[in-house]
Amino acid sequence: MQYLHNIGAYFLMIAEMFRKPTKWSVMRTLILKDIDDLIIGSLGIVAFISFFVGGVVTIQTALNISNPLIPKYLVGFATRQSVILEFAPTFISIIMAGKVGSFITSSIGTMRVTEQIDALEVMGINSLNYLVFPKFVALTLYPFVISIAMFLGVLGGMVAAVYGGFGTLEDFVAGVQNDFIPFHMVYAFIKTFVFAFILATIPSFYGYYMKGGALEVGKASTTSFVWTSVVIILLNYILTQLLLS
Amino acid sequence: MIEVKNIHKSFGDAHILKGISTTFEKGKTSLVIGQSGSGKTVFLKCLLGLFAPEEGSIAYNGNIYSELSDDQKRNLRAEMGMVFQGSALFDSMTIQENVMFPLRMFTKQSKSEMEDRADFVLKRVNLDDAHHKMPSEASGGMQKRVAIARAIVNKPKYLFCDEPNSGLDPKTAIVIDNLIQEITDEYNITTVINSHDMNSVMEIGEKIVFLKDGLKAWEGSKETIFKTDNEVVTDFVYSSELFKKVRKMYLDEN
Repeated sequence: MQYLHNIGAYFLMIAEMFRKPTKWSVMRTLILKDIDDLIIGSLGIVAFISFFVGGVVTIQTALNISNPLIPKYLVGFATRQSVILEFAPTFISIIMAGKVGSFITSSIGTMRVTEQIDALEVMGINSLNYLVFPKFVALTLYPFVISIAMFLGVLGGMVAAVYGGFGTLEDFVAGVQNDFIPFHMVYAFIKTFVFAFILATIPSFYGYYMKGGALEVGKASTTSFVWTSVVIILLNYILTQLLLS
Repeated sequence: MIEVKNIHKSFGDAHILKGISTTFEKGKTSLVIGQSGSGKTVFLKCLLGLFAPEEGSIAYNGNIYSELSDDQKRNLRAEMGMVFQGSALFDSMTIQENVMFPLRMFTKQSKSEMEDRADFVLKRVNLDDAHHKMPSEASGGMQKRVAIARAIVNKPKYLFCDEPNSGLDPKTAIVIDNLIQEITDEYNITTVINSHDMNSVMEIGEKIVFLKDGLKAWEGSKETIFKTDNEVVTDFVYSSELFKKVRKMYLDEN
């Protein structure tokens, strides 16, 4: 029953988030701050992970292709498909659930514990709109992060292939360009937008409705990470079934 | 003026407020006292509109809160100032930004006008040189004064304080008490304070409401609390030897 209650409360929170909007001059500042915290602040770790995981995907693909009949460009092709279809949108979103999700839950949870949310409510401010809506808007820029992850993943693969002696630059580039289906990019970015919404709202839900003290803030962050990851994985399956099958 | 009529509030099976009625008058500092768990904080949160009572009504200058539209409730809340027990300052903002926050949200003042008003109220609470500090850099007493400054910056009609002296040394506690009393007189506002600090009761309790187990057990003022024979009140208020002696001296003199 608690699960059903939480699901209902989550959708009510989303509806409430769009009501009684905060003054635009204040909201603009909050959005810019959240873009800095959630998007700009994540670029470093996303770039680092994407580059090296792209390299690892390339090396593992190359090492597993021992049949001389399989064309050399397959390494580039497999890297592109892995990175664009799955690694960048889904794997990076799971990492962001840890980084950005924990940040959102702990910052809102701390505001709850220290009565800062009550202070907003007493002033007649819609605290959900004030706290969650700017995060939602900031994370509409999340596809920008994923684009960088895609580019760096493929770049990392290319560097690993060429400098690791697993193939030539020409073969890798030919593989990356081979049989490219533009809809795969559309599919990847549809997933990214859905995951961005999940990344903004589920951690906010666990932060906003937490009860207790500092210890519970930590527990809420962990729970938020678990559920954000679970929902991302489930939606990944459903969207893939709907869009690609 | 705030009129409270027969309010009840429960959380699950726990019946916290069991029918409280009282009146808080304009221009007076009223104290709600009682032991921990007596329902003081729930009562204050009902007054603030954070909790909705299941029964009874709360009227602000004759307007019953539960009958107001959402916009009217929001406008009424903009007329309330609140000092939280832990100050509840926004820790991502400087002290000056904290004080300016209600002005940014509810007025169309220019930045310089807001800064002037924030400087004025910060000076009023004796904080002249802390504008650019973060709340984490301020002492407990300073944080309480900033919270008071933030509560009064938009010229509220109602000021609520939840244990404003908790965690403060006796000297700073008296400074905060006197500050709240002065502000209440100066702005002619309705002030309600939750407290279990007996010094506050004796210093600024123009009206005192004593809660016990979710019920109003006694009502009076700092003068009548010395004379009351109500055992529930005397057990609580005069539980220390010092206050017993103070009371005896008062009664002997009068």
